Amino acid sequence: MKVYIRSSACISAQRTFGTGDILTDIVEYNSTRLPAIEPDYKEFIDPKQIRRMSHVIKMGVAAAKECLNNGDVEMPGAIITGTAFGCMEDTVTFLTRIIEQEEELLPPTAFIQSTHNTVAAQVALMLKCHAYNSTFVHKGISFESALFDAVMLLQEQEADNILVGGTEEMVDTSFTVLTRLGFYRRKPVSNLSLFATPEKGTIGGEGAGFFLLTDKESPDNLAELTGLTTFYKPTDNQDIERRITAFLQKHSLTVKDIDLVITGKNGDIKNDEIYAWLNASLFKNNVTANYKHLSGEYSVASVFSLWLAANIVKKGIVPDAILEDDVKINAPKKVLLLNHYQNKYYSLMLVSAV
Amino acid sequence: MEQSVYIAGVGVISGIGTNVAGHLAAFERGEAGMADITLFDSIHQHDRPVAEVKLTDEELIARTGLSTHNSRTALLSLVSAKEAVADAGIPGFNELRTGFVSANTVGGMDKSEEFFVDFLADNSKGKLRNVFDHECGSMTEIVADQLGISDFMTTISTACSSSANAIFYGARLIKNDILDVVVAGGADALTKFTLNGFNTLMILDKDLCKPFDEHREGLNLGEGAGYVVLVSEQVAKTLKKPVYCKLSGYNNSNDAYHQTASSPDGTGSYLAMKKALKKSGLKPSDIDYINLHGTGTPNNDSAEGTAVKRLFQPDFPPMSSTKSFTGHTLGASGGVEAVFSVLAIKHGIIYPNLRFKTQMHEVPFEPETKFQKGKHIKHVMSNSFGFGGNCTSLIFSAV
Repeated sequence: MKVYIRSSACISAQRTFGTGDILTDIVEYNSTRLPAIEPDYKEFIDPKQIRRMSHVIKMGVAAAKECLNNGDVEMPGAIITGTAFGCMEDTVTFLTRIIEQEEELLPPTAFIQSTHNTVAAQVALMLKCHAYNSTFVHKGISFESALFDAVMLLQEQEADNILVGGTEEMVDTSFTVLTRLGFYRRKPVSNLSLFATPEKGTIGGEGAGFFLLTDKESPDNLAELTGLTTFYKPTDNQDIERRITAFLQKHSLTVKDIDLVITGKNGDIKNDEIYAWLNASLFKNNVTANYKHLSGEYSVASVFSLWLAANIVKKGIVPDAILEDDVKINAPKKVLLLNHYQNKYYSLMLVSAV
Repeated sequence: MEQSVYIAGVGVISGIGTNVAGHLAAFERGEAGMADITLFDSIHQHDRPVAEVKLTDEELIARTGLSTHNSRTALLSLVSAKEAVADAGIPGFNELRTGFVSANTVGGMDKSEEFFVDFLADNSKGKLRNVFDHECGSMTEIVADQLGISDFMTTISTACSSSANAIFYGARLIKNDILDVVVAGGADALTKFTLNGFNTLMILDKDLCKPFDEHREGLNLGEGAGYVVLVSEQVAKTLKKPVYCKLSGYNNSNDAYHQTASSPDGTGSYLAMKKALKKSGLKPSDIDYINLHGTGTPNNDSAEGTAVKRLFQPDFPPMSSTKSFTGHTLGASGGVEAVFSVLAIKHGIIYPNLRFKTQMHEVPFEPETKFQKGKHIKHVMSNSFGFGGNCTSLIFSAV
């Protein structure tokens, strides 16, 4: 059975939403925090509800609806989301009130909307969709976990047109705490020169993206999701190389068959060591690309890369802004996505032209 | 024909016991776990009974062998996951393809709350080690590392149905030949966050909860963890003792009615139960016992009761809510109650529904009120419903 990406929608720090273009008009930030560019939510959500919804719920619901619109599907066969931190805005609001108001006279809305499954639930509620509905919350592979479930559901013939996505919001509190934990640069930096100055720390991002998966062939499909795997705590660089090779082999491919490799390079010295090592070894004859200088780093940043890859193979255009080296490449057919989260969780996705 | 997935081991910790044996004894004695709050300071200390696990963090650390100060959720998770793995006693565990699928709802919130008090006063303050493992996934990772499981792990969070979803996700990983063994379930520690959250919704009973009673006034929160060890047919053949039962049916359906409230006719619960039955190939009359979601809130029990009535009438199997013992352990409840369901099959137990007095007006049945043992119980349905309309039913069957 083949798994196809029928449609996609992605809200990010770049102009990725509601446009047919792929990164033609790059947005530069001089900051260590890249906010998502928000669409006009009125097109997707009842204005009365917009007021009550937090940032991540709005992004998630809008991206889900746009993805369904793009795929010309009204009712998905399942709704699956991934998020590491869930609804941070509402969580922080409720926690703050508990402390400041000493548990007295707390309004319930923030608590109600703080659960990690809120986005998937709101999408189901809006569509009156009674189908399978789940939310995966496993750190840097939250989205990949959701995607893995979606692929399994298709294989089990349990559902078709599965709406699967990843959402993450960056709020002031999480940005402050994650900065204190050393994840981000201490000084503002231009995202477009992030890789020119490797240092400790990256730049934070946020966003929401959804995909419709189907096993039905159609010329309208964006791409084929040929493969997906994750692995945990690889022993060393050779182990990672071996696992990538084995993954390709499982799909009867070698690294020579890959037209483009998109990595999770994020400007943090330690994070990027493995990508540099692979670029000099396994991928030495491959064209490689990066995206986190455009999207920022977040737990479900791989959503951005899958959106990118699916649209690249559909349109046959590789935006210059993502290329690692000064090489031109035309119409790639096979794109390998490699990401890792704190050197612990690795994910590989293989996207092919249809 | 897809392969069967068997339950080879169980582990549980809650307000009524710290292991399987402790729970069986508490059920037989009819002893609920609810009392005043002792885990943290709260203005609700004496007016919102909760079922705390009767071990301090320090005692849990001593029991788990964890040296660092972890979230209570991770500690509870590790205690019961270890019990389940030891109970299963799978030969060659390390050579098999193993996975850990765990669920929780608020991750390391108990520690984040400590952090947040200092942080709120001054953003440069607050011990970072208390917030480092805030994520739900961190709980799973800490425990998987201790269990020596690295082939596959993930975390599910669908509010109060979380760990029921984790269990059947684990079973699907085996059916799809991705893994041989999956430890699946969930954990949640009591936190100030959830206590106040449920309190704002005005669904906490000031006294001990009365699930499925006409005069029920809300739920009592609890905490705990429950895990089952799921194995493939192949692995089941290598075990030194018989498996408990198999997971014969499951379904996840969404109520799609309201973010927190259940639809009056329990659409989501009805669909979950009906489709789980279909998956198992069973008829409603085959079910020998239903472990109800039965939180004790007017809304849940009415919706669930209406759905049970619609699906099972005119003949209702024995049913009860064990939350009358353990309180509502939220993200852990599906795991905790899956363990109870498995034990019901093994020992032929019908659990009593404590404090039941008056039948609900909307249903023609009453929950069981007496502890019964040695009954012939072949098929058990376990319901777990949550915020966001997430409804999941599991069916366990004797083999």
